[in-house]
Amino acid sequence: MATRLKPVDVVTVGVGLTGTILAKELAESGLKVVGLERGAWRDTQSDFAMPYAHDELRYARRHELMQDLSRETLTFRNSTNDLALPMRYMGSFLPGEGVGGAAVHWNGVTWRFLPWDFETRSRTLARYGASQLAEDCTSQDWGVTYDELEPHFDRFEYLYGICGKAGNLKGKVQDGGNPFEGPRARDYPNPPMKTSHVGAIYAKAAKELGYHPFPAPSANMTRPYTNPYGVTLGACVYCGYCERFGCEMGAKASPQTTVLPVLMKNPNYELRTLSRVIKVNLDSDKKRAVSVTYVDSRGREFEQPADLILLTSYVFSNVRLMLLSGIGKAYDPAANTGVVGRNYAYQTNGNVTAFFEDKVFNQFMGAGALSMMIDDLDGDNFDHTGLGFIGGGWIGAASSGARPIDFHPVPQGTPRWGSEWKKQVSRYYNRAFGINTHGACQSYRGNYLDLDPTYRDAYGLPLLRMTFDFRPNEYKMSEHLTKKAAEIAKAAGATKMSVTPRTGKYSIVPYQSTHNTGGVAMGADRATSAVNKYLQSWDVHNVFVVGASAFPQNGGYNPTGTVGALTFHALDAIKSKYLKQPGPLA
Amino acid sequence: MSESKGRREFLKSAAALGAAVPVGAAAQTKSEHAQHGTHPAPKAAAAQSRPYMFLSQAEVAFLDAAVSHLIPKDELGPGAKEAGVTYFIDQQLFGGYGSMAKKYTQGPWPEGTPQQGYQSPLTPSGVYRAGIQDTNKYCQKTYGKTFDQLARAQQDEVLKGLDGGKIELEQVRSQFFFNMMLNNTIEGFFADPVYGGNRDKAGWKLVGFPGVAAVYTTFIEKHGVPYKAQPVSIADITGRLAKVDEHGHPIHVMIHDDKAGA
Repeated sequence: MATRLKPVDVVTVGVGLTGTILAKELAESGLKVVGLERGAWRDTQSDFAMPYAHDELRYARRHELMQDLSRETLTFRNSTNDLALPMRYMGSFLPGEGVGGAAVHWNGVTWRFLPWDFETRSRTLARYGASQLAEDCTSQDWGVTYDELEPHFDRFEYLYGICGKAGNLKGKVQDGGNPFEGPRARDYPNPPMKTSHVGAIYAKAAKELGYHPFPAPSANMTRPYTNPYGVTLGACVYCGYCERFGCEMGAKASPQTTVLPVLMKNPNYELRTLSRVIKVNLDSDKKRAVSVTYVDSRGREFEQPADLILLTSYVFSNVRLMLLSGIGKAYDPAANTGVVGRNYAYQTNGNVTAFFEDKVFNQFMGAGALSMMIDDLDGDNFDHTGLGFIGGGWIGAASSGARPIDFHPVPQGTPRWGSEWKKQVSRYYNRAFGINTHGACQSYRGNYLDLDPTYRDAYGLPLLRMTFDFRPNEYKMSEHLTKKAAEIAKAAGATKMSVTPRTGKYSIVPYQSTHNTGGVAMGADRATSAVNKYLQSWDVHNVFVVGASAFPQNGGYNPTGTVGALTFHALDAIKSKYLKQPGPLA
Repeated sequence: MSESKGRREFLKSAAALGAAVPVGAAAQTKSEHAQHGTHPAPKAAAAQSRPYMFLSQAEVAFLDAAVSHLIPKDELGPGAKEAGVTYFIDQQLFGGYGSMAKKYTQGPWPEGTPQQGYQSPLTPSGVYRAGIQDTNKYCQKTYGKTFDQLARAQQDEVLKGLDGGKIELEQVRSQFFFNMMLNNTIEGFFADPVYGGNRDKAGWKLVGFPGVAAVYTTFIEKHGVPYKAQPVSIADITGRLAKVDEHGHPIHVMIHDDKAGA
């Protein structure tokens, strides 16, 4: 039997990027906030210190900072005709666990989605007509526009100290930035990162071909930076241990380096770690949430009443808790009704590995977001007439740390082992680099999340079940982008290359990206979205679901910048509207 | 088979009891390799310092032979066997990796599709045990000898058979076993030497990886200039063999040679 605790004003389920920002702002406005986190406390000094931080086996291969799958995983199948089986090892994506969530081990690439991304369906119909969209495509408008989100992108970029070069200041295109981005009110708070050898070669080749290269917007600090909360981040030393690692320099923006030092001092805030929320409890007419139930590290069950319940976990946990709690109707792909679990999407990545004979790159140096990119082939930045697909992606060459267990490229045709393999590894380790094509992924009727009928977590609750595969739109898009990437590699002087567009069935095994999206999609129509434009549940008005779970489909960008903007957008609605008059905001 | 198991259990319990003498038997193989067979009788102290904790003597012999094909010793330098990869695998199998710590292990276990990944009811330690047993059984049947006793060309043939799935094993899919062994071999060759492989930083030296990173803020802009440093491991820093800056980054000692950039 659960012990009933003293009511508080706000509970966040998850203490990562979104949960810490919301908690900080709401606690500061005088509300009592409790943060419930399934994992442990983690911080720079205690957990990411040298020399242990630079351990490829422990962090990159054994996933030290990531979700404990023995407690909870998900099941996966390619289509509704298949039997879903549990993801026993992590591969394709790497959700975090513990304070800070995945924002501890991310690379730090921090984009704004394009204005087009927020109006994917209506703009596609307007420019190309209905025939451009696949019949089963459920991509839709977000119910919010870029212009509405611009101030929130700005706030997030200044909070996280993003380093970059503006490409469009109030409508004026700026040299050296991304000319395709939506207009921004002001430049990034910090200058862009240095350019690596690979970045310079790639940018030169891309420019020669008529593209518009620019430095990737980065959350790896180019100088010490004090953010508007008064928290100071260190400067990046280009050590090459970002993604999958914590930063020993406190130079990668994360909850630990931007928000927590202030939040933890606020007497209105209480953090409870090792506390796993298993249910949001509703009142009898299911219109209002009254509390959450969680289990602590001694196996004790608690009920925490709260007026406002914010689901601020990774995509999968947000969706699963909605389903376990009966908030909103579960999606049924056969009838195409229901909303929770609908519009699950991912990222459609391709790659070109370029090999050189006469150059060395020192690619073990770098930073998570150290990259030169082009955005000419993203969103609707190019004419899609006759191409048979919508969307696109950025194409970039990164120097994000060439750690040798995972990075030891060999030319095509090289055996997988033996003396010849060893020879090629030795020859090309420092003479090769990758060009990524980071493609969007539309949403489809058959791609969705629900509860698995067979497999359960350590608490006896059903696992989330993912049904997902790529569609012709994604394959064509990936082929188009990867072909262009190969042209850039050739112009850069590559003597050999491996060209790998996304082909075949989606596999949960090889790493692709931790950019899972949707399942609690936002929108203007409650028939096709689980939350309204303020990320508020249509059905249970005191539940807000904040994260990439709200994306109705995924753009050709890393999602974090847009997750940050949505967080501030939801926060504003909560502070300026909801708290004054609790009830449905749309 | 049962003999091997008995031996293993004995070694495990001996190790648990801290008994000095019996541990050497399994460690002997390793110690001989480390010394390139020049000292047939290992020194007791050396043998005790790095006892095999999971693998039996027969399994050590199997893996020593197998990994020496996967990454061979050649004109470029030591191979996986010389780099201690067998010991690395032993330590991994004895620890959390071998028992699938933090992984989902509940059944049922239908085979699944390749897209669904690992679906075996066996943990990695079980996969090795079964894979080695079955491969040796195949070798006995086909050649009348265990894998480690075969000529190198025959060993190569067997490994190719496992890799391509042409040899069928009873308890575990051959490619599944082979891929695990290959992945772990590459890990052991390139992981920080604290895990027992990459001995003498052989893997890092092969590719020119400097290990624990220094501050590269300046060098990142020296385009086209090879960065040649003596690689630094975690133990070099904790053991104070490498100098560090105020944040704990090593100050790399650069290698100056004529072949820079070659």
